[in-house]
Amino acid sequence: MEPIDVIEGDVTFLDRSDVDTDQIIPKQFLKRVERTGFGEFLFYDWIKDGEIELSPNPILVAGPNFGSGSSREHAVWALQQFGFDCVIAPSFSDIFYSNCTKNGFLPIVLPEEECRQVAGAGEARIELDNQTVACDGGKFLFQIDGEIKRRLLGGLDDIALTLAELDSIERFEDGPGGTRGPVTTAVD
Amino acid sequence: MAMTMFEKIWESHEVRENLIYIDLHLVHEVTSPQAFEGLRMSGRALRRPDKTVATADHNVPTDGTPAANLIADALSRKQVELLEANAREFGVPVFSLGSDSQGIVHVIGPELGLTQPGMTIVCGDSHTSTHGAFGALAFGIGTSEVEHVMATQTLVQKRPKTMRIDYQGTLAPGVTSKDLILATIGRLGTAGMNGHAVEYAGEAIRALTMEQRMTICNMTIEGGGKAGMIAPDDTTFEYMRGRPGVPEDFDVKVEEWRQLVTDEGASFDDEVEIDASALSPMVTWGTTPGMVVQVTDSVPDPAVMESPVEREAAERALAYMGLSPGTPMTEIRPERVFIGSCTNSRISDLREAASAIQGRSVHPEVRAMVVPGSAKVKSQAEEEGLDEIFQSAGFEWRGAGCSMCLGMNPDILMEGERCASTSNRNFEGRQGKGGRTHLMSPTMATAAAIEGHFVDIREWE
Ligand code: SF4
Repeated sequence: MEPIDVIEGDVTFLDRSDVDTDQIIPKQFLKRVERTGFGEFLFYDWIKDGEIELSPNPILVAGPNFGSGSSREHAVWALQQFGFDCVIAPSFSDIFYSNCTKNGFLPIVLPEEECRQVAGAGEARIELDNQTVACDGGKFLFQIDGEIKRRLLGGLDDIALTLAELDSIERFEDGPGGTRGPVTTAVD
Repeated sequence: MAMTMFEKIWESHEVRENLIYIDLHLVHEVTSPQAFEGLRMSGRALRRPDKTVATADHNVPTDGTPAANLIADALSRKQVELLEANAREFGVPVFSLGSDSQGIVHVIGPELGLTQPGMTIVCGDSHTSTHGAFGALAFGIGTSEVEHVMATQTLVQKRPKTMRIDYQGTLAPGVTSKDLILATIGRLGTAGMNGHAVEYAGEAIRALTMEQRMTICNMTIEGGGKAGMIAPDDTTFEYMRGRPGVPEDFDVKVEEWRQLVTDEGASFDDEVEIDASALSPMVTWGTTPGMVVQVTDSVPDPAVMESPVEREAAERALAYMGLSPGTPMTEIRPERVFIGSCTNSRISDLREAASAIQGRSVHPEVRAMVVPGSAKVKSQAEEEGLDEIFQSAGFEWRGAGCSMCLGMNPDILMEGERCASTSNRNFEGRQGKGGRTHLMSPTMATAAAIEGHFVDIREWE
């Protein structure tokens, strides 16, 4: 995963609430078995029908409850491969938010008012380390979990970090924690 | 200290703070290929195949295609074949096309007794919340997390907040658990449960069967919830007893599972009370599950909505749905009816739908299909003669799979077609581009198929 530091540039505004992942990347494109090739299908139905036009700017601003619905990580891949580096919205669905952070794609929560200011300004500068979004008209602070921030700044690989703690996982499995649940390989 | 059920399960699975152990990982063909590929690229093993199980569901045709290599659509075939190959390579048991145990991932987990109280369960699928009906902590994850669980059997997670929704009273006749959860989402909004593990509690919940409880937990994600949970009780244990995956010392485990319930006096971050006895049958009118009204109501008027965001969303939804404000819901006429999906495709759903038919036939202008959630549900239904009842009434009787819940397979709506559906999402294009979905219970969908318009099931003869 690529480290994130400063994101700067033009803003694309998608002024809609409850944009679900079925819209971000419609299901007919989920049959790919690779992680790439999704960018051109971003918002496929909306763009094809001329409902929206999107420019591949570094910053996307959207309405509340962005990324609701299906857990498909393909939605994040599509946004990224289309050209966005981050998304700012008043709120996100939990799974989508988490998927963003696993791909070095920065999700930023700002109040609706501030989202509109950033969209109106048309360009902005985001500093992850300082947790700020600066644009014409203001500089806004955003919240992000410290551990998530550390991993994004460093571009760290979650799996490698966890495997470094394999000892504790094995200890857990040797205790009562290892005995819960079925043995799937024994069930037909 | 008094603890909630969520806290008991969470804390017993902490390897350390924010790293939790996963007892069961369910895998399907759509969200797993990139994760398996990730393992291969980094030369990692899948740590615990014995805590992992795979099935093919999203892509499978429901026309009785008996094996993956016979799937007509080339991309779907490739995805299902790849699932089988990956499972073989990494030693994961797989129930693919042709297996007696194949089915929608959230139907087969409980059916095989793999879903048990007190467990942590994940799957690359947002409706994993279904399994919480057994008093498990179950939630959907993305593909990167799927790979993380495959490689480590753990998940990096921040502890969610907790919410309890307490349903007093009991549901009136004709009002189902589908109506209960739709009404709840209508009240709290599609983001009302965001960030929370939600415990559904109260008299109305205790009175429900396991399959009815699963319908509720299933739709937790439509309210934005991280996980939905219901305390295990005798109903749970009786449902589980004798299923293939349950522990040999079942009765000993039952006593342990009884301890999982939320302690008297434990506190939640949020508490909501809902009078279950006041709920009515519900139908969605828009393009999110929160856009829902009682079947006795009319299509709402965006002009009277206060928030501009809500008004704009409602106007868009009505334009998409081809509906005008003020139209009574019971005058809306579907061309299609879909009974199926991980929300409502279990044997009791099919029994209810079949028993509502009473010798009547599907309306001549409606095409209706019934899609069992699993191969086992299908054969059970056939043993009971339900397939006959459906087919002689003019319903299509299909093979097991996700089918028209998401239209990744040949079962889709055509542009502009209106569907009464027992599934969980009425998003734009969810059941096919331009398709218009109205969510409701299986009996309401059956009645709509027969009458050709939505009906208040309480008044239906
Ligand atoms: S039935 Fe629908 S919601 Fe359930 S797993 Fe399949 S596609 Fe997802």
